Amino acid sequence: MMFDSVKKNLLFSIADIDGVPDIGAYNIRVNGSGFARSSTETVTIEPKKDKNGIDIIVKPFSKADKVHIPVIVTESGVNDTVYNDFFIGEGAEVQIIAGCGIHNDGDCDSRHNGIHRFHIGKNAKVTYVEKHYGEGDGNGTRVLDPVTEVYMDEGAECEMETVQIKGVDSTERKSIAHLKANAKLIITERLMTHGKQYARSDMEIDLDGEDSSAQIISRSVAKDTSEQIFYPRAVGNCRCRAHVQCDTIIMDSAKVRSIPEIAANHEDAQIVHEAAIGKINNDQLTKLCTLGMTPEEAEEVIIEGFLN
Amino acid sequence: MLELRNVSFTVENGKGGLEIINDISLTVNDGEFLVITGPNGGGKSTLARLIMGIEQPTGGQIFIDGEDITNLSVTERARVGVGYAFQQPPRFKGLTVRRLLSLAHGAELPEDECCAYLTNVGLCSKDYLNREIDASLSGGEVKRIEIASLMARELKLAIFDEPEAGIDLWSFSMLVETFKTMSRRRHNSVIIISHQERIMQLADNIAVVAGGKLKSYGTKDEIFPKLMNELGENCGFRGGNA
Repeated sequence: MMFDSVKKNLLFSIADIDGVPDIGAYNIRVNGSGFARSSTETVTIEPKKDKNGIDIIVKPFSKADKVHIPVIVTESGVNDTVYNDFFIGEGAEVQIIAGCGIHNDGDCDSRHNGIHRFHIGKNAKVTYVEKHYGEGDGNGTRVLDPVTEVYMDEGAECEMETVQIKGVDSTERKSIAHLKANAKLIITERLMTHGKQYARSDMEIDLDGEDSSAQIISRSVAKDTSEQIFYPRAVGNCRCRAHVQCDTIIMDSAKVRSIPEIAANHEDAQIVHEAAIGKINNDQLTKLCTLGMTPEEAEEVIIEGFLN
Repeated sequence: MLELRNVSFTVENGKGGLEIINDISLTVNDGEFLVITGPNGGGKSTLARLIMGIEQPTGGQIFIDGEDITNLSVTERARVGVGYAFQQPPRFKGLTVRRLLSLAHGAELPEDECCAYLTNVGLCSKDYLNREIDASLSGGEVKRIEIASLMARELKLAIFDEPEAGIDLWSFSMLVETFKTMSRRRHNSVIIISHQERIMQLADNIAVVAGGKLKSYGTKDEIFPKLMNELGENCGFRGGNA
């Protein structure tokens, strides 16, 4: 199966692949329908019967499997919602590379909403990377409204990384997580908005089991007249630890609201939040200029490092 | 070679202007190691910032190898070959030590070269190469990385602003050694702003800046004994490193 250059570029931007992966299970969705799918001995991917989407089932105690499930949209006016459920068996270790790339040259809006639900078994380990990317010269907007739900069994570990650096006009992200005893969740969110873009991220992490822990790190850059809202909430319902950190560089005429909320319903819940919004420090720019960079180059280096 | 001709710097304070630097003329020749010393608040750092272009002089001219750089921007002066290690270097979230050294060098630096620069400022390179230059580093660590970043550059003029500040005694000896060898090798001319006797001992010439003026200037052998004699009860030169 061949991809044209636009699709290849989208795939590469979001999943570091330029076609069907050589190894591992995968499901590639193009313009609202399944394009290619493959299961392995340890990872089964099957389409849902009642609605759009797939079930991804990872065998208990299987190790080091890589699963690619990218979505690309190249036709203007596509409005695609998918429901993907991940069932990660006890003790399994898996890396999931998701993401959505939209190329919109037309005048109609292109939209993709990925509704992802993770059921992570006892002591299983999941790494999840999701990149969002948009491009194209049309007047139609590129809209992504993902929903992520994570249910973690005892001792499960999950590292989620979401990245949206370029080209998505509007995004509203909703995430929830429930952690049982000793479960460990790390969420890293990296975002850059420019032009008139809008991004909102709501998150609620419930630490329900003893000694569960969560770390939420959000780093963002808001440029031009773009707008960002962050609303991460960590709720400690037992002896647990959580740390929420939101850090934003604001530029030009952008607007940013950062509302980290922490709640404790137990005296042994230790929950911390930090939030900072500020423009690029003048000393940082000057320092890089003393190395021979122009102020514009210095700004790029600072942003690149910050979002890295 | 650096030449300052009648350089002045005045800031507006609502009362007709406050003179920070008052008519300083000074030459630093190729191969020369100049230590600028003097009391805190005397104008030493401002003079360094004027040479780097971070501040613009309100009077006088600055030359590098005969080229008038008075109206050049910081970036342009850096490209001419002027470098400045800040007294209080900024931190950068996400930027690693290795990346900063490479940016300073102007090209990706091989690991062994990065290590050499870090070792020379008393940092164990394997612990630091991939560390971010953020709030997790102490003031002394950031300061040493700043010095290493100047060592990674070949410069016509390197200016170090109180490199000893915040550095522990053990590392200080190493730093002195680094200035003695590496800086002399990589930088045509060196200016170090310092209060430290051991750094003054490295100098060819010493300039004393106080009250915005060049109070005295001469060879180390001329100036150093005088400074030592002045280190009495009322001396301002032992004002610490603030």
